[in-house]
Amino acid sequence: MMERMVESAAQLVLLVALAPLVTGVIRTLKARLQTRRGPQIFQPYRNLFKLFRKGMVIPQTASWIFAATPWVVFFSTILAGLMIPMVAADAPLGLIGGALAVIYLLGLGRFFLALSGLDTGSSFGGLGSSREMTISALAEPAMMMAIFTVAIGAGSTGLTEIAGAAIGQTWRFLAPAQMFAFAALAVVLIAETGRIPVDNPATHLELTMIHEGMILEYSGPYLALVEWAASIKQLVLMTLLINCFWPVGLQHTWFGFGALIGIGWLLAKLLLLSCAIVLVETVNAKMRLFRVPELLAVAFTLGSLALVSTFLF
Amino acid sequence: MTSVFFLSGVVVWVAGALACLALWRRPVEARRVGCAAALTGSLLDLVGSSAALVNGSSATIDLHLGNAILSWAIRIDPLSAYFNVTLAVLASAVSLYSFGYLREMEGRRNLSAFGFFFNLLLLSLALVFTASNVFFFLVAWEVMALSAFCLVSFEDEKEEARKAGVLFLVMSHAGTGLLLIAFLMLASVGATLEFSSFHHLASAMSPLWQSAVFLLFLFGFGVKAGLVPVHIWLPDAHPVAPSNVSALMSGIVIKTGIYGMARVFFDFYGPTPIWMGTVVLALGVVSALLGVLYALMEHDLKRLLAWHSIENIGIILMGFGAALMFRALDQPNLAALALIAGLYHTFNHATFKGLLFLGAGSVVQSTHTRNMEKMGGLIRLMPVTAICFLVGAVAISGLPPLNGFVSEWLTYQALLAGFGTTQSLTRLMFPIAGSLLALTAALAAACFVKAFAIPFLALPRSEQASNAREASPTMRAGMATLAVACIALGLGATWLIRIFDPITQQTIGVSASSALVTARGMALSPGTPHGGTISTFGMALIFVFAGAAFALPLALRWRRCSVKGPAWDCGLPGLTADNEYTATAFSKALRLIFSALYRPRREIQAEYEVSPYYPSAIRFESEIEPTIEKHLYEPVKQRVLAAARRMRAIQAGSINAYLAYIFITLIVLLLFGVRG
Repeated sequence: MMERMVESAAQLVLLVALAPLVTGVIRTLKARLQTRRGPQIFQPYRNLFKLFRKGMVIPQTASWIFAATPWVVFFSTILAGLMIPMVAADAPLGLIGGALAVIYLLGLGRFFLALSGLDTGSSFGGLGSSREMTISALAEPAMMMAIFTVAIGAGSTGLTEIAGAAIGQTWRFLAPAQMFAFAALAVVLIAETGRIPVDNPATHLELTMIHEGMILEYSGPYLALVEWAASIKQLVLMTLLINCFWPVGLQHTWFGFGALIGIGWLLAKLLLLSCAIVLVETVNAKMRLFRVPELLAVAFTLGSLALVSTFLF
Repeated sequence: MTSVFFLSGVVVWVAGALACLALWRRPVEARRVGCAAALTGSLLDLVGSSAALVNGSSATIDLHLGNAILSWAIRIDPLSAYFNVTLAVLASAVSLYSFGYLREMEGRRNLSAFGFFFNLLLLSLALVFTASNVFFFLVAWEVMALSAFCLVSFEDEKEEARKAGVLFLVMSHAGTGLLLIAFLMLASVGATLEFSSFHHLASAMSPLWQSAVFLLFLFGFGVKAGLVPVHIWLPDAHPVAPSNVSALMSGIVIKTGIYGMARVFFDFYGPTPIWMGTVVLALGVVSALLGVLYALMEHDLKRLLAWHSIENIGIILMGFGAALMFRALDQPNLAALALIAGLYHTFNHATFKGLLFLGAGSVVQSTHTRNMEKMGGLIRLMPVTAICFLVGAVAISGLPPLNGFVSEWLTYQALLAGFGTTQSLTRLMFPIAGSLLALTAALAAACFVKAFAIPFLALPRSEQASNAREASPTMRAGMATLAVACIALGLGATWLIRIFDPITQQTIGVSASSALVTARGMALSPGTPHGGTISTFGMALIFVFAGAAFALPLALRWRRCSVKGPAWDCGLPGLTADNEYTATAFSKALRLIFSALYRPRREIQAEYEVSPYYPSAIRFESEIEPTIEKHLYEPVKQRVLAAARRMRAIQAGSINAYLAYIFITLIVLLLFGVRG
């Protein structure tokens, strides 16, 4: 029990502290690749610090849903984050939920975010909510197919078991089933974290925004919470992707010197994945909204291929 | 003890029904007596059935009144007790709600008749779940259908109510016809008509008959359950009924179909060929997906909820189908898991759908419209209704930590475990069903964002919505009861899962709960080796702790430095309800993406006075095509009408001709008789 508390606390700190850094690194790398100087990688921390000190403007039209949403989103994202293996295969709150619980907890956050988008009465909020719910619904079958594939390989939807089964099999990701499932989840990751070509996290152009549309009316500390939660969600999904498919460096427990090595590997793998995301974002243009279903259909096909190849190869 | 409480419940319902008739000209008393009797009867039934369920015992009540063919035998075994508990929980909340809900109708409508049929409906439901004789069951089944019909078309001055009632009655009787044939075919194998001697009776039939009887039962019960493609009455009938009746219809009346399937497939049938399970699973997937897709396009709040009943019946049947497949594959533990998933979802759906219909009823009563586009901002005027509706919306979307999540999680686990049970390609059914369940659940979440946000959030979109009033105290109490039930069924999953042991013992022959609960009763696990676990209680605990320790103090502090301001309105002078996103707009993206199914049609007419840039009036019309009605029922209807036209030739109206027909028929029958 005590060990669990320590593990949870350590992972909690890692989650909330690392998430803005990942966002910052991706922004800076992207700027460099586009031959801009870009902000420093620590800029997201400064933004959060600034927002937390500000006052806020609450729309007159909004109800208590608007005030409750940042909390629900923040806590459900963190809870999901404590259910995934980050440094050690043993997820701190693995008992409380596995892969399905992570997806549904993120779904809970999204549900409230979409409600608050509609709560303000401004049409941008509704527009963002509608698109967010549509795209996430279409991403779901692909995600579930990929998770089924991974879970069938490990015999469990428990992420501790999934990561535990992968430890020591450094090159397993070269198996066809794993590669297809990885590709499917990577597309889902891009859709779920609102990145190009599905959504543009940097835009405030009204016709194209999805996530930014929903949170348009937030300001001050609430905006900080929502943005922080968004970067934690991104970190959670990225970690899930790298640790399930490429568990190199994943430790068996949080305790001992191994944890430092584990953290080192985690950072290295996150950096690699960030580079990949930056590359995808830079060489692609944002898609038309109604082309996105096609992309997600491709992801679903990849997921199905992954499943079929578990017994073909 | 079970029998005593159950019988007193029955007596109270009968007395309530008769008392309502006696109070024919006194609506106030009729309302009070009718609701009080319904509530008392439900509570008595709740005590009796829960006792049976907790003890895992069966009680038989035989009044020795009937004969060998129609004995009035009542048997409360664990499966019956489970459905009775579901009925009793829902019915007590609905009866409580009805005290306030019906007050509005006093003097305008005949509340005596309402009270009579309401009590009769509850009585017949309890008897459907417990009748232990074929004909007794069918009598109860018919009384249920007829009293439901009377309640559905209660507001009979509306044409849509009359039409929906007739459609319900026609479909319901078609289903009963199938059931009658099926029961008689089944009974012809055994010696009696008693359910107690039907256990695994179907195995005695030849495979062909077994299959035929199976399909008859599937569609016969499927009509009542709202299974696609025999669901067409449901989205018409549920919304037009008074809302307390809608709650019962969606919450429990359609579950009689589910009860029938559970009873027949798991009790009367032994292990079945695998294709039967596959068919049920496939129909479940189709029902779930089509249900939610059509729900997304609805802007009539109650019709939207009705479509979601079809979706949830689909999810329940996915559990049942998987259970049948596992039984065919000789995997009793997995079969128990899948059956529990289906049964758990049955109870859960009764609570959250009942809750949502009651919430919709409060909204409709105070805004006088079912059209969501005319609502809005109700969260300020009806705070309790709003929060109850929100609980229902989160639960039905399958989001943690409420009850919908638990049963959907169990369903996922069953489907996931199914992949390894066979080497044939049938196993691909499981992951495909699982991913389509994921799509269904996510679309349901999208739909309930709409169903909660459009009526309750932002600004009122009409005069009626801005004058809405909060529901009366009894109505709020009824809704709160079901909201608490949703939370309890979610958080208490590990404790409640034990009540399924006698049921799985009875139907499949194993007890699953000890394998399903791990970590000293704190977490739920699918019972398979290395299965993942969830603990809704743990999640709730963390949420509550985090909320109390961080959210509350910080929110109070930040509140001091916050100001109210207008929302961004693109620089126009002030935000009005016209700027808001509508329900139609919210579902537009999905309407375009799934246009192959919906075949949407829209028409825009604009009138100009000066230039096309300044239209003086715009008329917008948008509709989608009811695919199943058009392509499945329309041809059948046309054929039937054409056949009827052709038959007109022999219906000349001459009495001599008719006598000749009778004579010929008689001769043919006699010839048959001689041959036999």
